[in-house]
Amino acid sequence: MNIGVFVCHCGSNIAGTVDTEKVAEAARSFPDVAFATDTMYACSEPGQAGIIDAIKDYGLDGIVVASCTPRMHEATFRKTLERAGLNKYLFEMANIREHVSWIGKDKELNTNKAAELVQMAVAKLRNNTELHAGEFEINKRVMVIGGGVAGIQAALDCADGGLQVILVERESTIGGKMAKLDKTFPTVDCSSCILGPRMVDVAQHPNITLYAMSEVESVNGFVGNFDVSIRKKATYVDWEACTGCGQCMEKCPSKKAEDRFNEGVGTTTAINIPFPQAIPKKAVINANACIMLSKGKCGACAKLCPTQAIRFEQQDEIVQEQVGAIIAATGYDLFDHTLYGEYGGGRYPDVITSIQYERLLSASGPTGGHIKRPSDGREPKNIVFIQCVGSRDPSVNRPYCSGFCCMYTAKQAILTKDHIPDSQSHVFYMDIRSPGKLYDEFTRRAMEEYGARYIRGRVSTIQPRDGYYVVKGADTIMGSQVEVKADLVVLAVGAEASKGAGALAEKLRISYDGYGFFMEGHPKLKPVETNTAGVYLAGSCQGPKDIPASVAQGSAAASKVQALFSKDKLASDPQVSSVAIQRCVGCAKCESTCPFGAIEMTEFRGMPKASVVETVCQGCGVCAVTCPQGAIQLQHFTDNQILAEVNALCPY
Amino acid sequence: MTRQYAYYPGCSAMGSSIEYDISTRALCKSLGVELVDIPDWNCCGSTPAHASDHLLSASLVARNLAIAESMDVEGIITPCPSCLKNLKTTSLRMQRKGFHEKVEHIVERPVRADLPIRSVLQTVIEHCSPEAIAEHVSKPLKGLKVVPYYGCIMNRPPDVMTFDDPENPTSLDRLMQALGAEVLPFPHKVDCCGASLGLVRRELVTRLSGRILDTAASLGADAIVTACPMCQMNLDLRQNQINRANGTQHRMPIFYYTQLAGLALGQHESCLRMDKLCVSPARALQQVGAPAQEEPAR
Repeated sequence: MNIGVFVCHCGSNIAGTVDTEKVAEAARSFPDVAFATDTMYACSEPGQAGIIDAIKDYGLDGIVVASCTPRMHEATFRKTLERAGLNKYLFEMANIREHVSWIGKDKELNTNKAAELVQMAVAKLRNNTELHAGEFEINKRVMVIGGGVAGIQAALDCADGGLQVILVERESTIGGKMAKLDKTFPTVDCSSCILGPRMVDVAQHPNITLYAMSEVESVNGFVGNFDVSIRKKATYVDWEACTGCGQCMEKCPSKKAEDRFNEGVGTTTAINIPFPQAIPKKAVINANACIMLSKGKCGACAKLCPTQAIRFEQQDEIVQEQVGAIIAATGYDLFDHTLYGEYGGGRYPDVITSIQYERLLSASGPTGGHIKRPSDGREPKNIVFIQCVGSRDPSVNRPYCSGFCCMYTAKQAILTKDHIPDSQSHVFYMDIRSPGKLYDEFTRRAMEEYGARYIRGRVSTIQPRDGYYVVKGADTIMGSQVEVKADLVVLAVGAEASKGAGALAEKLRISYDGYGFFMEGHPKLKPVETNTAGVYLAGSCQGPKDIPASVAQGSAAASKVQALFSKDKLASDPQVSSVAIQRCVGCAKCESTCPFGAIEMTEFRGMPKASVVETVCQGCGVCAVTCPQGAIQLQHFTDNQILAEVNALCPY
Repeated sequence: MTRQYAYYPGCSAMGSSIEYDISTRALCKSLGVELVDIPDWNCCGSTPAHASDHLLSASLVARNLAIAESMDVEGIITPCPSCLKNLKTTSLRMQRKGFHEKVEHIVERPVRADLPIRSVLQTVIEHCSPEAIAEHVSKPLKGLKVVPYYGCIMNRPPDVMTFDDPENPTSLDRLMQALGAEVLPFPHKVDCCGASLGLVRRELVTRLSGRILDTAASLGADAIVTACPMCQMNLDLRQNQINRANGTQHRMPIFYYTQLAGLALGQHESCLRMDKLCVSPARALQQVGAPAQEEPAR
């Protein structure tokens, strides 16, 4: 073999603490190395051209690049080899940046270590073989999980591009958090007026199949060929028959059911359509509150339903779907403010959350758009908003900024003045974070035109007094303590990961961070990809986001799926396991350890033998270490290749 | 079963809050909590010590810890939240090796700083439980409306004190309910009374303690129940000062919880020392049908 070695300076990233010229010189003494040099930026256009020229000039048939992590540029250099006419698996990378120059300061030690890493790469390369990718068919259907604004946008963009879309929504209607909002910043346009038509588009689109009241049960398979089980939860109503007329809600005698759509402001009936614009507009029975389902008598809704749609005997149902790509758009949940004892810990009826306040502001909300105190129905005059409740606070494990609370608080202060002209809003804030188009102008408008009194400081306690509340806090600009009399206190609760996000991530085999938000493929360059092929992200499941950012991500994820589906077949990765059939004893240990179900037991001349389904194999290598015979080998990481590296490092 | 504790009374127990000390000892005795005084104990240094030098404060406390460690006890208990905070903070600071060595060098004896340290209130609540105490009540406090006032440091900082809720504690509430009293919801449970600033900035105390009295009175309370000698002193001894400064006319009795517990458990008057209170509790005690007492001399 004629091996070429290229030692990259990476500007001063590597050359600053590694003598790259010496590393190249050392490489010239390694077996089979026909050419070695150092180079300023191996990944740059001239750097790659240098590699191609050397391949031609010196007749090289294998390349080692000593530079950064293969996660960064392995794909880059493999393409370089292909352009020079070599098989791309006759390439190895030695990571002398992350593993050497960035972590050590001693130049001599670094240089020695870099040379040893190059020696290992050369030893492995001498054992490499050409590998060739196969091809497999892909299923051009996409599943979108979550019917909030991000999921709606992703579903519509995919469907408009001609793809079949499965949209799965946990609640009985799509719309998500945005459907609960009254108005949206910074234009103060009505939330349901701009979202409603999109929701109707989803319902009417011929390419979209909507599963509401449904959750993803399990996901098997791989990019292009996912098998998904979806649990359709019992609604106790035949949705084929239900027309959404709402007569059942008028007659239902159980009127104390939790009103999830209105965030617990008031109660609702056991059989319920959450709001007039719901999509699908179908009734659902809350089994805990239903008298028939809990006590066995009543059935008022069944008696009067004009289409006889009530089915008390209905059970959950599992349906199977096959898709080629998945977009997770599961959104966020709001911080549980009862963890803050100083704000009453949930004991004070007139200390409410910002989303509850949205429901009070909304014309279709429980108070018909009139701001009323939950305790006595009185119209409040003095309203205190407290920002950063569950944001930027390490004491409750929420050190991050939720990003949108400054803006929605300004919006709520503006709307409060619109609803009650003689009211006064007071906003306790830490900093105003409004970096968006027209955002800072908007917060200034709340202060300057709408007279909201902004107080920079935290609140220490809220104490009830005769029919009102005393909000005590610090004014850090004045350097004094302040006390504000409040009829109503609105807590700007921050965003946290959606309940069940971790469990879903495990089903999708994607990563999530310490707070439960899904991990993107790269924080800057792959914002909607994940590290699992064929699984994409949109919206707040990746981290708190406002509506414009969520919509942008919905479209971005859809365009990624369109690009994936622009090919009819995908290339399979040849770095998978393969069985040396003469060594296999048919013990089936590999079959039981494979986490992906990629191994099948077959028969060969009457003997049981293992066989790898190459499209399912993810190349993890668990089978290779399980096999007592060494009969299964992971291609490109065979025992011989890895032992060659070990022997290069430890020759004695 | 009797439990034995090293008892750290704190300096105020020798003077301004002697009735707290007497009633605490009586209550513990009747609940099977045996108190063994730390022999030759010294002042914890109070606020002046820890406000000027942590090492000074820790050394003053550590001597007491070391003596207690030589006794055969389950832990150290004290009725005073201020002493409690100094004892617990020192015990935590002594986990730092360099600091530990400096303190041992100053007090010239080994200090392990590993004994559990609790307030008498926490011990009563956790070892005896309000329900168990309720069974011993011979004279329920029926008809007496009280507001519980914990003060700012009985439960805070939460990671040092590790007892009850730091913002809405309920231990005194539950105890008073077990004794038969009516407990009113009190928003100032953990507010500051002004503490020792009464000496240097009296107007601060008249404002802060005044607000506590105002709210208690407006809620219709017959009395305020405290667990802190400093709070009790500001609200009781300074009540006339507060009235003068604020133009109010409160006559609000300020009990130690141990006094009301002793009363409900049927202890002799000599164990309660109601006569030591500045504001006469007579009218409040009439609510429970207790014998009215002479107006104490001022």
